[in-house]
Amino acid sequence: MTNAWTDIKNTDLVVVMGGNAAEAHPCGFKWVTEAKAHRGAKLIVVDPRYTRTASVSDFYAPIRQGTDIAFLNGVINYCIQNNKVQWEYTKAYTNASFIVQDGFAYSDGLFSGYDEDKRDYDRSSWDYVMDEDGFARTDPTLQHPRCVWNLLKEHVSAYTPEMVERICGTPRDKFLKVAEMISECSSPTKTMTSMYALGWTQHSHGAQNIRAMAMLQLILGNIGVRGGGMNALRGHSNIQGLTDLGLMSHLLTGYLNMPTEKEPDFETYMSSRQFRPLRPGQTSYWQNYRKFMVSFMKAMYGDAATAENGWAYHYLSKLDVPAYDVLRVFEMMNAGHVNGYICQGFNPLLAFPNRGKVVAGLSKLKFLITMDPLDTETARFWENHGEFNDVDTASIQTEVIQLPTRCFAEDQGSLTNSGRWLQWFWPAATAPGEARADTWIMAQIFLRMRELYRKEGGAFPDPLLNLSWEYHDPGDPEPEELAKEINGRALRDLTDPNDPSKVLVPAGKQVLNFSQLRDDGSTMCGCWIYSGNFNENGNNMARRDNHDPDNTGAYLGWTFAWPLNRRTLYNRASADLNGKPWDPSRKLMEWDGTKWTGYDVPDIAPNAKPQDVMPFIMNQEGVSRLFTRGLLRDGPFPAHMEPFESPVQNVFNRKMRGNPVGRIFESDISQFGNSDEFPYAATSYRLTEHFHYWTKHNRVNASLQPEFFVELSEELAAEKGIKAGGWVRVWSKRGSVKAKAVVTKRIRPLICDGKTVHVIGIPLHWGFTGTAKKGFGPNSLTPFVGEANIETPGYKAFLVNIEPSTAPGGAVA
Amino acid sequence: MNMELSRRGFLKATGAGVAATSLGAMGFGAAEAAVAAHVRPMKLANTTETRNTCPYCSVACGIIIYSKGDVRKGEQADVVHIEGDADHPTNLGTLCPKGAALKDFVQAPTRLKHPMIRKPGSDKFEQVSWDVALDRIARLMKDDRDANFLAANADGLAVNRWTTTGMLAASATTNETAWTTFKVAKALGIVGFDNQARV
Ligand code: SF4
Repeated sequence: MTNAWTDIKNTDLVVVMGGNAAEAHPCGFKWVTEAKAHRGAKLIVVDPRYTRTASVSDFYAPIRQGTDIAFLNGVINYCIQNNKVQWEYTKAYTNASFIVQDGFAYSDGLFSGYDEDKRDYDRSSWDYVMDEDGFARTDPTLQHPRCVWNLLKEHVSAYTPEMVERICGTPRDKFLKVAEMISECSSPTKTMTSMYALGWTQHSHGAQNIRAMAMLQLILGNIGVRGGGMNALRGHSNIQGLTDLGLMSHLLTGYLNMPTEKEPDFETYMSSRQFRPLRPGQTSYWQNYRKFMVSFMKAMYGDAATAENGWAYHYLSKLDVPAYDVLRVFEMMNAGHVNGYICQGFNPLLAFPNRGKVVAGLSKLKFLITMDPLDTETARFWENHGEFNDVDTASIQTEVIQLPTRCFAEDQGSLTNSGRWLQWFWPAATAPGEARADTWIMAQIFLRMRELYRKEGGAFPDPLLNLSWEYHDPGDPEPEELAKEINGRALRDLTDPNDPSKVLVPAGKQVLNFSQLRDDGSTMCGCWIYSGNFNENGNNMARRDNHDPDNTGAYLGWTFAWPLNRRTLYNRASADLNGKPWDPSRKLMEWDGTKWTGYDVPDIAPNAKPQDVMPFIMNQEGVSRLFTRGLLRDGPFPAHMEPFESPVQNVFNRKMRGNPVGRIFESDISQFGNSDEFPYAATSYRLTEHFHYWTKHNRVNASLQPEFFVELSEELAAEKGIKAGGWVRVWSKRGSVKAKAVVTKRIRPLICDGKTVHVIGIPLHWGFTGTAKKGFGPNSLTPFVGEANIETPGYKAFLVNIEPSTAPGGAVA
Repeated sequence: MNMELSRRGFLKATGAGVAATSLGAMGFGAAEAAVAAHVRPMKLANTTETRNTCPYCSVACGIIIYSKGDVRKGEQADVVHIEGDADHPTNLGTLCPKGAALKDFVQAPTRLKHPMIRKPGSDKFEQVSWDVALDRIARLMKDDRDANFLAANADGLAVNRWTTTGMLAASATTNETAWTTFKVAKALGIVGFDNQARV
């Protein structure tokens, strides 16, 4: 989230699209209710289902899943056509005026540079025209035909209300009503917030869904302001934290990147990470990359990381593919190229697409290690549960080691919520039996392996032998020690560059925050964006001052928000070019003539003059991007793409299937279904009574929603002879499930490109362990497709068929 | 109320049945003190209160866990009740149907208690000690790493990739667990390392 849950109360309009906050994030959704009750805010829901969020909305519009880009481009087009643009903001704070190279073009659903064989774009022309000094050329009058604004205007012009209706199935009048309500927020004194979640990310074009809304928010002037922003509600309690800490194949901590084979040494790696500003005088904060990277390497490898050895850069793995993401690893597993797998608090048997492929992959492993507080399906993937897990146990040669871990009530440490707040919590209970903390288990595995390498030698033991492990009890690191390591400390006295006699931070002391990090090896820091979490002032994540001066919703004294305790990202954009708040009644930051003041930690150098330094300090441009250059693989503007399995063809290019650069493996192509065999558009979602596959272990939630079901419209039920409460079989090209039918008015057929499209809804909470009745999940049916930029599997739009059936074998009627 | 007392502090003071006179002495008005005097002592008065966070969704509601016993003093402690933390700015004491039933997650019958091993082809888990489980893991991992670690690519460039063992990290664990896990996995050269963020 750019903003915080508590900030939503400041908004005038909430758009929930690609999410269902009332059910999936109920206590956060309370702030929507607050905005409605106290500010008269309105709520719009755009969703294939009339969800519980929709039931309290002011306006609901249906949409076919997977077509959000067409809808949002339609709204952008509406705003441009009707002059509903926050012009001052758009001109000053976005790249609307930047001139784009002549080679860039778009036609027939594709951008320039497409290579069909490689399924990739040559992105070299997707860039600005640069001047002799290496700065981007601009035309502040927006007259230049190749400026971003004019290219955008042309790009979205195809998305008329008629086209939106044709693609999305949203009736024209409903679309126009939504567009009109949204466009009112172009006023500098009206803000809109976007609340989205996995309904936008879990598509082969997920990043572009989000881009489209971000662009809309920018031309309305809604980023960086109170009650505005792009608010990714996110999933698990610490999904934000694990992303921030880089527990991903292609990342290091704090959004530093894993090196690739093309970067054999540290200086080569750094050479493409200079981040020179693209406009004069701009911050381009990533210019500090080297400080963060060197401090990270010092945190990892201590004295073994030296200037001479490129800070132990040779210890890092070098990637030969963009990422060994989960889909790629399961693809490799199926091909017999993976022997071992560790699942820490993760249940891939129910979480990953094409369950048949997941089971086959796990069955080829030599060993599987699970760490979990609960008895998961993954740990028991080899156990036969009739139709619910129909495996041949004896033939599965995988050794499985199941380790019991503590749960939240027995653990302590910090979690990062979707508003980027790092909140510390304390242990309250004794763990059952021999369950141990994950930190203990990881330390034990590490120490035992290190010991074996010391004794026996083996493959490149250096990174392991030299991994910094300075804990008071090496076998059981304490959460506080780990948090301090994440914050970072001085390894030598840090002196003032202007006055070397002055020591800013003595050796051994915690740095105040990342502004004190250096690139000469004199500081260490586990994760730069978190720095400030635990400094010499103590554990800032444990702060509990809930005062909120003037009720802005900022709560600066409550725990710690990254970066630097800042609550709203880009908050300098809440003020105009003179530093005056766009909306004086919703002031966030203000320029007092010499510095930035206000309710939040300024997201800009405190003394940066408002006319000179633009608010988007992480971008080389200093402004935000309506045109993303070559930063996304599937285009600098969002363009409509159908899901890989779609009931209709792409109206811009009938030959194009899915995202032209979406990641698919050769072995999965034969497993895509077509609409003649699988005519119905399925989607998956959560219910408010359950959290993933955990709460089915718990009696209360298991009795609230005891049994797997699918939802379908009355029209489709009548057509298929399906009775409410009767059993149905739902199947795709990849698998089959049986469920109780919920026949509902909440889902209605849509008309898309002249064709009736029936939607089937499939919730995701059942399996074969726990207290609830045995059932299936949507992943038995979903395709093995990865998002074009980040390889997120698409779970939200796929094709199925349905028929009345009998109960699955082994089910309790 | 004319004194600085947190919402939660007020609930606690009244709920614990503090005598009306002392409430008056604390600066409460007579009316408030009279109400407080009639509130019966809380069932939870003799429990240990711990501030924690709902582990489910990313709203991260504040909760208070009431336990018999104090685990931080090394005592056996069992959860008797969990409720929303009224001082928490996000949830202001409220919980959703998931958070409200958290106690049943902590005490679920399917909570794991011991390390288990399922041998190849077997139809059951067998209990083992931590030492047996951890030594076995270290051995399996080291053997696989030594056999398959790719130190250099075809061009002779050092690449340090261990692709034959992968890991999924848990996105409901703490940042501190995540950092420990990150260090170990990346130092081993596990490149097939991900978490739910991508899913
Ligand atoms: S109580 Fe509900 S809304 Fe709050 S964090 Fe838990 S699951 Fe999310």
